[in-house]
Amino acid sequence: MNGTVVNIEHAVVSYREDVALRGVSLRVRSGEFIGIVGPNGAGKTTLLTIVNGLGKLLSGRVWVLGDYLTSANGHSLRKKVGYIAQLQNIDPRMPVNVREVAMMGRYGLLGLLRRPQKRDWEIIDEVLELVGMTSLARRPIGHLSGGEQQRVALARCLAQEPQIFLLDEPTASLDWRAKTDILELVRLIHDSRKLTTLLVTHDLSALPVACDRVVLMKDGLIWGEGSPAQVLTDEKLSQLYDIPLAAVKARREEAISV
Amino acid sequence: MDLSILGYQFMQNAILSAVLGGVACGLIGVFVVLMGLPFIGVAISHAAFAGAMLGLWLDFNPLLGAFVASFIAAAIIGPLADRGELSPDTSVGVIFSLMLGLAFLFMGLMPGTKSGALEILWGSILTNTRSDVMLLGIVAAVVVGLIIAFYKEFQATIFHRDMALAVGIPATAIFYGILFLTGATITASLRPIGGLLIFSLILNPAAAAYQLTYSMKRMFLIAAGFGVLSGLVGLLISYLFNIPSGATIVITSSVIFLISNFLSPKRKVKRWQRPSPLEEGQ
Repeated sequence: MNGTVVNIEHAVVSYREDVALRGVSLRVRSGEFIGIVGPNGAGKTTLLTIVNGLGKLLSGRVWVLGDYLTSANGHSLRKKVGYIAQLQNIDPRMPVNVREVAMMGRYGLLGLLRRPQKRDWEIIDEVLELVGMTSLARRPIGHLSGGEQQRVALARCLAQEPQIFLLDEPTASLDWRAKTDILELVRLIHDSRKLTTLLVTHDLSALPVACDRVVLMKDGLIWGEGSPAQVLTDEKLSQLYDIPLAAVKARREEAISV
Repeated sequence: MDLSILGYQFMQNAILSAVLGGVACGLIGVFVVLMGLPFIGVAISHAAFAGAMLGLWLDFNPLLGAFVASFIAAAIIGPLADRGELSPDTSVGVIFSLMLGLAFLFMGLMPGTKSGALEILWGSILTNTRSDVMLLGIVAAVVVGLIIAFYKEFQATIFHRDMALAVGIPATAIFYGILFLTGATITASLRPIGGLLIFSLILNPAAAAYQLTYSMKRMFLIAAGFGVLSGLVGLLISYLFNIPSGATIVITSSVIFLISNFLSPKRKVKRWQRPSPLEEGQ
């Protein structure tokens, strides 16, 4: 249970002139739920992409599920890593329905030249039920609301039967109800499927409920980490986001009153 | 109508070209429409045209020149569009204008009459040879075969490339494969349809199919059907009124698009998009 499933050593990632990660090291144990927090441009998304091999390392090393991640084994490792990005704009006329999008999660597992079988479709129906999307299963994906689309993304990840779950601001641009629903679902899935989860979020109020450990990022570095109670203090947040202490307290009160 | 014309080999070749070209172009068009690649497709078709002009100028098979040039263009455009150092439209626009410039340069350098060049520019389905039909047949078979074999990979890549990559599908290779297939289809259709018009036959049937269905499988089938219909009706009009076939085929495909757009169920408000009685009462 406490084995390391992700091990990042001195990762450096650069997009042309911008350095996104400046030597980040992080060890994630099996079953952990980690929240990753920090200002825009801190390198949070990049941290997730080096775990599923989509981000290119300039230097450093990454091990995922015991395998040293290279460009050659990225495809096979990604089959075991579920990834949900921020809500995307989907063409409302896109000729793909909810069930088909959920099935795409199994395409990597199935491999080339193999079609989904009856059992695969049964799994899709089960995961759609779990995320509460059974009644919309035949609807074109572009006709759904943002919250519904993220539920389908969760179903797609579940269908993939991953061991690691990466979520990149899955609740951004959703309303309060959809936010809380999605985060509750994420925690439920994490617990019931015994996953290891890394969640990037700006929703600080959700972290104490959802996370075992919080990683604070700033300027491409890990700036602090610990339990939510240890690191989500007003003082630390004031320094992390470069805003006065009084402003942090005011925003907290504002968030509570909402 | 006098059907004895069907006994002539030139007409048989023309009909076969219309059917095979219609299928290949219609299917490729689905990728172009759904992945938002029209400009990339135009650039590849002009590269094929420039390659054909090079072949005519240097006296080697123009279709070989078109094949190689469209493949090179696809190999350059893919990474350029992906890398994002310039906006994809800007980088593809540079390639597009370069290809057009090269095509006219090679045309200008060509000695003697330019009838071969004009044939590739405007297209002439009635002068197609058996080998032209064979080439179209091979390309159409490859396109159909690959779509059937790799349907789920194509579907996921069309829907969302990054998501396809994230679930373990080699989406980058699939995307480049789509660009190469586009190049091959354009090359094989150059002679019957013509370098200037070919892209309309790729875009219009798929754009028409896009108006009519929410199923990607059905969209592939309808696009191929509209491609064949455009080819055959265009050919018939061209024969009856003795006007250029490339133009009649493309105009027919445009008319099909306009009719489909008018009849599109996607223009209407679906039951599920209307507010519920509860919401209406608020």
